[in-house]
Amino acid sequence: MGTARRSSRTSKVSTAMGDGWAVSLTRDQLRRDLIEGSEAAAKRAHVPPLDEADIDRLFDLFACPGRIAAVEPGNEAILTKDGCANTLYGSQMSSGVGVPLSREQGIRLMERALCFDTMEVGNPDYSVKPAKSLMPLEQLTMEQSQLDCVIPLFYGAMPNMGLYFQPDGPFRNPADLLPKGRIEEARAAQVEAAERLIDDMLFMGYGMAEAGADGVNFDTTGSTGDAEFFAVLQAVERLSSTTDLAIEVGMATELVLGFHGELAYGNVRLAGLWPHQQVELVAQAGGSIFGPAVTTNTGKSTPWNVARAVTLVKECCRVATIPVHANVGMGVGGVPTAEVQPSGAATRAGAALVEVAGADGL
Amino acid sequence: MGMSICHAIASGMGGMRTTGDLVARMQLKGMRLPAAKRYVADKLKVGVGDLTDSTLMLDLRAELDIGVLTNPHGTAKGIEAKARIAQLLDLDIPCVRLLRARIGS
Repeated sequence: MGTARRSSRTSKVSTAMGDGWAVSLTRDQLRRDLIEGSEAAAKRAHVPPLDEADIDRLFDLFACPGRIAAVEPGNEAILTKDGCANTLYGSQMSSGVGVPLSREQGIRLMERALCFDTMEVGNPDYSVKPAKSLMPLEQLTMEQSQLDCVIPLFYGAMPNMGLYFQPDGPFRNPADLLPKGRIEEARAAQVEAAERLIDDMLFMGYGMAEAGADGVNFDTTGSTGDAEFFAVLQAVERLSSTTDLAIEVGMATELVLGFHGELAYGNVRLAGLWPHQQVELVAQAGGSIFGPAVTTNTGKSTPWNVARAVTLVKECCRVATIPVHANVGMGVGGVPTAEVQPSGAATRAGAALVEVAGADGL
Repeated sequence: MGMSICHAIASGMGGMRTTGDLVARMQLKGMRLPAAKRYVADKLKVGVGDLTDSTLMLDLRAELDIGVLTNPHGTAKGIEAKARIAQLLDLDIPCVRLLRARIGS
């Protein structure tokens, strides 16, 4: 990402907006977007903005005229992947490409042809609740894949606590109760759902430990707010103290939303936590890898979004005692919210998070 | 799907092309990236910069018989390769431990 890559041939920089549409920026606009994206993150999360050297590095990365950009040799990082081989046979709803392959074939393909560092076994629905009733099948796939694969294999699933609320689940829906001012009932329903979710995550975790999984990945944690994050931390604590599983916790978004508002882990209130605060709790619970997620603003440019994500993740990496794998899927980590990605935007977001934010992986 | 490939090419260690799986195993134990790379490099007796040299690693992985991307006849596959990796990295790999327990070795 050195200055040698900087193009002096073009006055405009081609990139994408946060929704994926192409846009050209002048060099002044590019620098301004980088600075403003960083300042937006710093102001919201009360973290330091990127310094001038960081902005210069991001500028070089985006001004580089190549279709894609990459980290420098020696700076490569480890990839973990939510959803995994499911995206090979999945369809549009999960950014899949609809190839008629089995899960086992997909996992081998990801190891052998696409050369991923790690891979996952995951149910097509990719949520704990529907997956638990298929445990014997999931264990069989894990066992068979462990016989065949060399790279580490996680079992991946979203906690997805929303599935525990009516009409999909047994508990009253806080989204119905809160607008009516029934706050205590909404809180009680979330605690009840969290307890059921903890049971289910433990059931999946212990089942996967029996099947020889290298780890579990609780992906998109906090999608229903602080009660879900609370449930995941409790499950991580129990699994890390009773099994040898490596546990990755990937987040749903940058801020833990306070749908409950009063839940705490230890003495730390969960609502309103930012990535640099979340990682400390995940490590304290016994997590092995933390995945911060920073949501993309579709109305801003990719440089603005990447600078914002890098600012939040850099502080997270600074305080972390465990590896940080920044989320760079569709709509997070500065990656545009577009199902078919502009490669230049996606590669620059990943490289920036590794080289400027200091992420240990993606 | 294309996005995952983008990241693998632009920022990933390359999995079995190089030593991505080995460094990943140390991260699963909670090691951050520089420490994980250093640990693996020391165990392989190479420099950290060599870890992503695909030509060097093809030969070294074959020599150590820890799983080779091109999967030649007669080399360790799957769990056999992982048993050697566990030994090489002085590491507990759950499925290898379970296999040993089942066959009583």
